[in-house]
Parts: sequence; C-alpha cells; structure tokens
Amino acid sequence: MKRFLVFVKKEFLHIFRDVRTMIILFLIPGALILLFGFVVNTDLKNATVSFLDLSRDEMTVKLTDKICSSGFFFRGENLDSYQEIDQALRGNKIKAVIIFEKDFSRKLISDGKATVNIITDGSEPNMATMATNYISAIIADFNSELVTNGTTATLLVQPEVRMFYNPSLKSQHMFVPGVITLIMILICALMTSITITREKEFGTMEALLVSPLKPIQIILGKIVPYFILSFVDVIIILLLSRYVFDLPVKGSIILLLAETMLYILMSLSLGILISSVVNTMQQAIFISLVGMMLPAILLSGFIYPIGNMPKIYDWISAIMPPRYFIIIIKNVMIKGTGFSYIWKETLFLVLFTLFAIVLSIRKFNIRLQ
Amino acid sequence: MKNTVISVRNLVKKFGNFIANDNLTFEVYKGEIFGFLGANGAGKTTAIRILSGLSKPTSGEVIVAGFDARKQPEQIKKNIGYMCQKFSLYEDLTVKENIMLYGGIYGMKKQLIRDRTRSLLERLQFEEYGDRLIAALPLGLKQKLAFSVAVLHEPKIVFLDEPTGGVDPITRRQFWEMIYETAARGITVFVTTHYMDEAEYCDRVSIMNEGKIEALDTPAGLKKQYQAGSIEEVFISIARPGKN
Amino acid sequence: MTANSIISVSHLSKSFGEVNALKDISFDVGEGEVFGFIGPDGAGKTTLFRIITTLLLPDEGEVTILGLDCVKGFRELRKNIGYMPGRFSLYMDLTVEENLNFYATVFGTTVRENYDLIADIYAHIEPFRKRPAGKLSGGMKQKLALSCALIHKPALLVLDEPTTGVDAVSRAEFWEMLKKLKKYHITILVSTPYMDEAMRCDKVALIQEGKILSVDQPERITDGFSRRLFSVRSSEKYKLIRALREFPLTDTAYPFGDSVHVTFRDDHYDDTLYRYLTAAGFTDVSIGETRAGIEDRFLELMTPPLQGSNRTL
Repeated sequence: MKRFLVFVKKEFLHIFRDVRTMIILFLIPGALILLFGFVVNTDLKNATVSFLDLSRDEMTVKLTDKICSSGFFFRGENLDSYQEIDQALRGNKIKAVIIFEKDFSRKLISDGKATVNIITDGSEPNMATMATNYISAIIADFNSELVTNGTTATLLVQPEVRMFYNPSLKSQHMFVPGVITLIMILICALMTSITITREKEFGTMEALLVSPLKPIQIILGKIVPYFILSFVDVIIILLLSRYVFDLPVKGSIILLLAETMLYILMSLSLGILISSVVNTMQQAIFISLVGMMLPAILLSGFIYPIGNMPKIYDWISAIMPPRYFIIIIKNVMIKGTGFSYIWKETLFLVLFTLFAIVLSIRKFNIRLQ
Repeated sequence: MKNTVISVRNLVKKFGNFIANDNLTFEVYKGEIFGFLGANGAGKTTAIRILSGLSKPTSGEVIVAGFDARKQPEQIKKNIGYMCQKFSLYEDLTVKENIMLYGGIYGMKKQLIRDRTRSLLERLQFEEYGDRLIAALPLGLKQKLAFSVAVLHEPKIVFLDEPTGGVDPITRRQFWEMIYETAARGITVFVTTHYMDEAEYCDRVSIMNEGKIEALDTPAGLKKQYQAGSIEEVFISIARPGKN
Repeated sequence: MTANSIISVSHLSKSFGEVNALKDISFDVGEGEVFGFIGPDGAGKTTLFRIITTLLLPDEGEVTILGLDCVKGFRELRKNIGYMPGRFSLYMDLTVEENLNFYATVFGTTVRENYDLIADIYAHIEPFRKRPAGKLSGGMKQKLALSCALIHKPALLVLDEPTTGVDAVSRAEFWEMLKKLKKYHITILVSTPYMDEAMRCDKVALIQEGKILSVDQPERITDGFSRRLFSVRSSEKYKLIRALREFPLTDTAYPFGDSVHVTFRDDHYDDTLYRYLTAAGFTDVSIGETRAGIEDRFLELMTPPLQGSNRTL
C-alpha cells in the first residue's frame, strides 16, 4: 500500500511540476466553456429591443416602459408590421423584437389572458436565451404587480418565445455537456497514455518493471491522480455553467456526478489501453487525438446531429462511448430525467469500461516484449 | 609557416552573469586533427557553436576559414562540415538520396554530386549499398558514410562530435584512417569527445575546464608535461581540482 | 555452475525477428565479482542484461540468477536486483531527494535503512538534493541513478553502459565507487563499449555480434594475445599506415592512439622495416616492441587467423 501511495504522490508531482499538463488540466476546460459561452454573447445591458405594438393601449405602454427602464435593454425603433421584423433582426443591432397582440388590454380584461411574443435572433443562441429569460422575468414581475394591485386579479401574460433562425436552439443546450464529454476524453485518455509512454521512452518503465511493483499498482497509480483531477474539472465546469451561464443542472446532481465518474473511469482505461499497445508519446498522442478526440467531436452528436449522418457514421458512432455519455448528460442536466431513462446508455458505458480495464491489465506487459 | 584555418583571440562568451568561455585563445592549422576535450559543462559546446557560426561571441576575435564569426557566419557555414554521433543522415532515405540531399544543401552542381557520389561509394567499397535505406545499414557503415557526406563539399574544416562512440575496434580504426586520409588532403578535422583514448589519435589536443583552455599540446607533449601515462590521467589532473 | 555463482547462463539464445541478438551464450558470475561485458553497440549487451533482469524472456537456454530461474522466479528476483538501464532511469522533473525516496519506497525500504551503502556516492550529490534530476550534470545523474539502483541493497547490481556520455573525471569516480561496493559483497554486472574500462573489472567478457569471444580476468585476456606486437610512430601518420601495409612482412597494422600497432608474418622482426621506412622518406620513425592491451586482443579475436597475405581493412 505504501508503494502504491508513493507512486500516486510521484504522479501528482509530475502533474504539478509540468506547466503544460497544468494548462491542459485546469485552463483549457474553463477556457473552452467560456469560449463556447461567450463567443456568441455580448453584455446584455447593451441589448437593443424593438417593439411591434399592435394595440398601443395603456397596458402595452406601461409594459414597454417597464422593460426599457429595467436597465437591461435599450429601446430600439418601433415597428409597424410583421414584415419589418426580419429586416430589424438581420441588421444585427436589434437583439429581440417584442410583439403585443391586437386589443391587448381588452383581451387581458375580458379573456383573462393576452399574448406577448418575443422573437430573438437564434444565430446568437446564448444572447437569445438570456434576452428571453430577462424579458420573461420582467413580464412576470409586471403580471404579479397587476395581481397585487387587485385590479384584475385573474390576469396572466404569456410570453411566447420563438427563435427566429435556429428554432430548436441546439448548440446552446449542447455546449456544456459537449465540453465535458470532450474534456474528459482529452484529459483522461490523452494524458494517461502520455504519462505511461513517457516512462517507456525515458527508460524509467524499465526500472519500474524490475521493481516489486505489480502492474495493477502501476496502472492504478496512473489512474488515481487523473481521476481526482478530472473530477475537479467537472465540478469547475458545472459551477461555471451554473453561475456564469445560468445553466443549472435540472436533474439529480448525484446521478450526474456518478455518471461522470463512470465516464472518467472509462476514458482513463482507454488511455491505459492505448499506452499498453504503443511505445512512444508521439504514437500515444496520435491515437488519442485521431482515435478518440475526433470521433468525440464529430461522431458523438456534439456538433453534427447523429440523425443527419449517413448510416455508416451512425453505425460507427454506435460504438463510440462519447455518444452515449452525451445522451446521458443531456438528459440529466438539461431535461432533468431520472436513471430509468438512461440505464441503457449507462450499461453500455459500464461494459465498455470493464472491457477496457480487463484488456489493458492483460495487455500491460510485465516484461519489455 | 603553418597555414592557420581557425584563429581565436580572447574569445569571451557570457550568458547573463555566467561566463561559458573565458578568454580563449588558440589556433588550428590546415590539415591538422585537433582534439577539443573538456568535462560536461566546461564550455565546449558553446565554443563549437561560435566556431561554426551558430552563435556570436560576446567579445574577442574569431576567424574561421578566413571569415569573421561575428560578421560572416553564413560564409563560415558554407566552408565547414559537421557530423555528430546521434543525427546526421536521414534513416528513411537511401544512401544515394542522402548524398544528393546533402550536396544540394551545399549548392553543389548535379554532375559534381554524381561524380563525388560514385567515387565516395567506390572508396568505401559501398557500391552495393547505394540504394539501401540508411536504417538498414550497420552502425559502423552509417558512421563512415556520415563522415564522408560531411566532407562531400570539400569544406576547409570538419567538426566531429564523438565520432566513434560505441563502435567496434576494427570499425573505429577504419574510421580513424578515414580521418587521417581527410587530414592528409588538407581538410582540418576538429574532434570533440569525452573519450580520452580517442584524443590520443589527434595531432594536438586542448583540454577545457570551467570555461578556460587549461592545456594545449600534442598528446605526447601533454603526457610529458603532466608526467602522465595517458591523456586520461592528464585530463583528470586538470579537471579534478575544480570538482568535489 | 560453480557453488557460489550468482549468475549462471548456459546456451542462451535470443532473436528479434530475423536478428539473432544472442547466439548460444554461456558464462558464470561468482559472488562479489565485478563482471564486465565489453563490446560495441549492437553486440547484444543490453538484450543480455534485460534477460538477466527478467525484462525479456530467453528463446533458448537456461539462465539462473541468485539460484532462481529468470523466467519462473521473476517476482522474487525483481526484489533482489538493482538495475540501472542505459538511459538513466530517473524522473527528470523530480528532485534528487524525491527520486531516491521514490525508489526506496517502491522497493519496500527507506533511504535511512541503507544509507551507509550509498553514503559515499550520495555525498557527491547531496548538496543538490533539492534540484530536479534533469538539471544535474551527466556525472551527477549517473551517481543519482546508481544510488537509486542500490538503495534496496540488492544482491545483484546490473549496470547497462553506466559510463556512456559521461566525462572522464566522472567515469573514473564511478569506477572507484564500484570498487568500494565490494565490501558489501554485491555482485556487479556492468557493460561498456569502451575497452579501456575492462581493466577495472575482476572478470571480463568480450562480446561481438551476439557471441562471447572470450571470458577471463582482464590480465589473462591480454595475455591471450599470442603475437609479438610492435608500436611504430611517426608524425606523418596516414603515410605511415599506408607504408606499413605495403611492407611485405606486415601481417596487421592498426592505428592505435599516436602510434601504429603492427604484427609481422611469423612474428619475424628485424631492422628491415626501419630501413624500408627510412627509404620511403620518413625521418622521425621510432619502432619498439610493446605489450598488447585489451583492444589489441579484441582485434585479434575479431579477425580470423592468418591467411598468409596482407590484411586490408
């Protein structure tokens, strides 16, 4: 046990002393998340909204004032018809158009319900969601004021959100799960395979093999530090997505973390497996990047929807663990579903992990041949 | 009068506060085999980089093959050859391809390269190996070939870095005969090595320690001066006082 | 196999694909011996050492180390062998101290427990114990690697080319250290491509192309040189070698440091050579009979016996 611990300690020292490793471990994940998040985002305080007010009555004027005085939106030009919306959004200055339907006040009083449509520019998904969320909050606030004033106790305002260019808004909900999936493969498979092949190249593996250390101790000694650090990464990513991008975990956080651990373990065993079949860092990097990263990016459904792929890629992606993990994490994080919806994918990951671990222990040579 | 091809006067090279070469002064003559010895970190590598035009002296005068190392490093590079133990030929090219490449780099005419290739292979009794990959040649052959390629463009000086490390005694002697033959043609051979018995093959030997040249003479002269049986003993008596 | 032999190798062969790295090798190493393998790169030294350290499996033959079979007994053997591979097995990003502690713990011991064993060696590098191994000079790396290989007090120490790429001072120190280890009865197997290091060993095996040419005490190996050997000097070395080769009575002529070592047919020598060389224009020739060194013997073993005509290289 002491042998094992000293080995783990040594691995931590390698990691903490290598600037490049530290960058990959801690800077890249955060940077990727921020990149994906902010590349499409500008400060919301500068967002300009236009109004298409088809009733121009007391209520709509009040509501317009409330939105514009909230501090988040500038008032853009008023539109006169639906035809002008497209033009306004294409101009890139206007981030959202708010539409009050005809006879707004009358409908609110007589039917107890009136509709506000918010149309946003889906080509900037992050901005679009944020604008929609803020406007919805302001309207809800306005609504509750109406209720407390007691004038029209049963009235409701329903914002109808419609995305203009990207109706299903794929990338916005995808980037956090996608980045986690990618980062874990990167750190776990790439880094572990590099650290083992480095020992082979520098000749220290020879000394380790000639020592009483058992293969399982060497393998676990390589896995444990990266397991812990990758897990820290996941926590950082989740915190960033919650507090910077306002994207909370909808489902069980315990379930999410448990699934993530499983995925980390699988990626690590893939890394070990790679390093047991190659002898140089160069080969390890090549296999990790071409064999793991590219499929994780291209075939997992992260960027290109699997439904749109030619059949052959669909089949190939069927044996790619990232595909299943993306399904799992999307379900738990975004849809908030429970284990019963993802047990099949989980089972696949468990089997794949077992397969990789057993194979890498068997492949790990106690000699040099 | 001896024909000087390397003339170094008061050469100093500093890296920050660290003095790598501390006031070196020496000359190397045409057709001479000059052994350049020193412990790890004694400043050999720094000096060689300056002599081969890769780095500029902090102060002092360095003339190599008639060119000033400070002002005409490119001219120097055209007039020297270089061979080190680890890397000199491309393993995945054939013998002929390597020669072609090297000749091309030094701007030799196609016809001249072809002629020299033929005579080179003939001299080494290498004709049958012309189209083989370097990777498939035994170590000894590779080293002999690497040396021949390094002097293909008939440089004024050829620098050899531990040329015969790890080869068998016969190959080693064949290699030294090639060096003798090259020197007899008038090419100066500048050898650096850790291995003192290699130094015994040189015409003159300099020994560096902590940035300075501590001794420079013929091997026999050095042994006499230090009352030692071998260059190794000379080297140790020079380098050891500074160590602990 | 003698009673106290630590290593006993008989009829060992090993191939990698087409390449026969070791061809029917047999030798014994006695307890406490410093046993040197001398041979050029590619002679099979590293392959042999890897088999002895249980890192490779033999194709044929038997290898018994410390009384254990090198294949079946590998687990037990790994506890009792100290191995220093050709590339120093150090972690360059760990400090001197961390490297040493790591290897001590891995072998289930502590630095304190066996400190006396490495004290002499470690004393040279202790002032730099907080320095990363990668920042040490070649000589210091070599000493640290030796300390790491020794820290568990192995019965057998295997050193693969420990002096390659290290300067002459450090090499001399290294051999002195090995000599001091004798009092701990550690058997040492060491390889080197440098002939001059042979004399430092108790016993030497000359190895070439996977075959052992000779195994004996170094003095006896040089005694095995059966010919009269002459050393010829002149300032015009290249011309001298050519002239000596053309001299009708010459058998072999090899450059040897600042002289040329010559043997003659039937070991016949008289002043005809001197007259021949003077006639050829040499003005500063000196000729003297000399004792053969290990390299002369190696050359003799490498070349087939006399064929009656001048040998050319």
